[in-house]
Amino acid sequence: MSEAVIEAKGLVKKYGQLEAVRGIDLEVKQGEIFGFLGPNGAGKSTTISMLCTLLKPTAGSASVAGIDVMHDPARVRQRIGLVFQDPSLDDQLTGRENLEFHAFIYSVPAEHRRERIDKMLELLQLTDRAGSQVRTYSGGMKRRLEIARGMLHEPQILFLDEPTLGLDPQTRRNIWTHLNDLRARTGVTIFMTTHYMDEAEYCDRIAIIDKGQIVAQGTPDQLKAMVGGDVVTMTSSKPEDALEEIQKVLGVVPTRDDGTLRMEVQDGRKFVPRLVRELTVPVDTISLRRPSLDDVFLKLTGRAIREEEASDRERMRAMASRWMGRRR
Amino acid sequence: MSVETAAAPKVAPRAPAPIDTRAASLRAVYIIWYRDILRYWRDRWRLVASLAQPLLFLVVFGSGLSSSLGSGGVFGSRGGLSYIQFVFPGIIGMSILFTSIFGAMSIVWDREFGFLKEVLVAPIDRWAVAIGKALGGTTQAMIQGLILLVLAPFVGVKLSLLTILAIVPLAAVLAFGLSAFGVMLASMMKSLQGFQVVMNFLMMPMFFLSGALFPLTNLPSWMTFLTRIDPASYGIDPLRRVVLSDSGLSSAAIDRLGLTINGQVLPIPLEAGIMLAFGVVLLGIAVVMFQRRD
Repeated sequence: MSEAVIEAKGLVKKYGQLEAVRGIDLEVKQGEIFGFLGPNGAGKSTTISMLCTLLKPTAGSASVAGIDVMHDPARVRQRIGLVFQDPSLDDQLTGRENLEFHAFIYSVPAEHRRERIDKMLELLQLTDRAGSQVRTYSGGMKRRLEIARGMLHEPQILFLDEPTLGLDPQTRRNIWTHLNDLRARTGVTIFMTTHYMDEAEYCDRIAIIDKGQIVAQGTPDQLKAMVGGDVVTMTSSKPEDALEEIQKVLGVVPTRDDGTLRMEVQDGRKFVPRLVRELTVPVDTISLRRPSLDDVFLKLTGRAIREEEASDRERMRAMASRWMGRRR
Repeated sequence: MSVETAAAPKVAPRAPAPIDTRAASLRAVYIIWYRDILRYWRDRWRLVASLAQPLLFLVVFGSGLSSSLGSGGVFGSRGGLSYIQFVFPGIIGMSILFTSIFGAMSIVWDREFGFLKEVLVAPIDRWAVAIGKALGGTTQAMIQGLILLVLAPFVGVKLSLLTILAIVPLAAVLAFGLSAFGVMLASMMKSLQGFQVVMNFLMMPMFFLSGALFPLTNLPSWMTFLTRIDPASYGIDPLRRVVLSDSGLSSAAIDRLGLTINGQVLPIPLEAGIMLAFGVVLLGIAVVMFQRRD
């Protein structure tokens, strides 16, 4: 259970002058759900592409399932399942036909084809709709079908690049349930990228990447412990005065975002009453919570990960389909 | 528990690691071909639409031009060939030409909509993609062309079973050559943007100069030259000669309207051979292009 199935050392990818990935070290163990977390453009997709042998690293080395990605990409590809960021299904075929296609090109032995397809359809709850054309599927169903497809050749590791991008929260949760279920039933190692901080909480371990470098790595709890204590946020109609007063009176340095002040304190339950008692400026609201991974990211990079806008490509797609309707 | 141990105690002792890439690639050729056929049958409207266009050409050109070409020219009168008879195999050729090129170029759509990625990352050789697609285009175009034969009685063309059997390989060769051409074009195109250009500057001239609509004789010399370097000419000419062979016309009259080089009529097997060679060479280029990508 503890052997490393993904190992990367000093991975670098340059596009001309631009250094998209700047020396990444990673170790993912057998059976883990490993989250690769970071904002858009941080180098997540580039890294996952190098591990999946879709991109050649400029420098460094990596092995996946014990095979060097530079020397034997074909064998790596046999052992891994891929779920891409952009849709890659044939939406004129049925769900089952998409899986059959995959079974063929991944050389799933003829005698196992039917049984594995049935099993995967069932695991991802697509059996009922297996005979319908994919274009009639919802976004979540398409994603599930892609996951089923990625698992069809019984890979040792399943790579997912932003598997929940553009899905509504309920569907995202549903995808997560399925991923956990898959791991429990097959023991597959899952490596995924996401920019949704709340999702990273479901992972066994995460690495946070920013500007092409890993800034922290560990279990969600370990990372949250880096923030230290609790997070208190308050809003005030006079935020500037409040900021000054908090610094002077309570000895804490808040960060300010418009009318909201945010501070990290050791024991929030004791801090809040003091805050209320000692401040003379008007306080509108106060909230206290355990640190989230957002706070970790904020602490490490000084920036917040915004709820991501759709990627450019996705926007283009949406625009194109508005203008041209269904195109095939 | 790991995947390996979970998967191991199955019926047949599966080879755990290296699969035979060559066998895998052949399977891939089959399934890529099969997918195209499946999509083709599923899209009934496209089937209907793609029959409507040749029908329109046949009616409009056939009827419209027949009357004005009826007397004095090479057509009509004295037991000779009528224009509608002449153009009928040409329309079959047209149908094959467009269906095969479009069919093979669906690779560009697959790239645009992401499906190509699923194929390209699979542990198979890239040649399988090019060949599977070329065969898919070939099959669709053949079906499309051969369906049109049912119109033969309406345009005064007689067909015997033997003739139909002779038409099949000729249609296949034409369809294959042009599908290979389509795959090669697709291997060079990154997006749908170039499509219009290909359509206007390659497919249309290829069609007009192929002898599908008018005889390739007595043309100005520059045009004679262009028609002789149009590969489609070498596919449509034998098709015409065979399609019209049962209609009681003198073969000399038919040959006279077809493709000649220095006044010589080419033997049908030679023409088919040229078409086939064209297809093989272009498919070879496409395979190289696919392997070089990314």
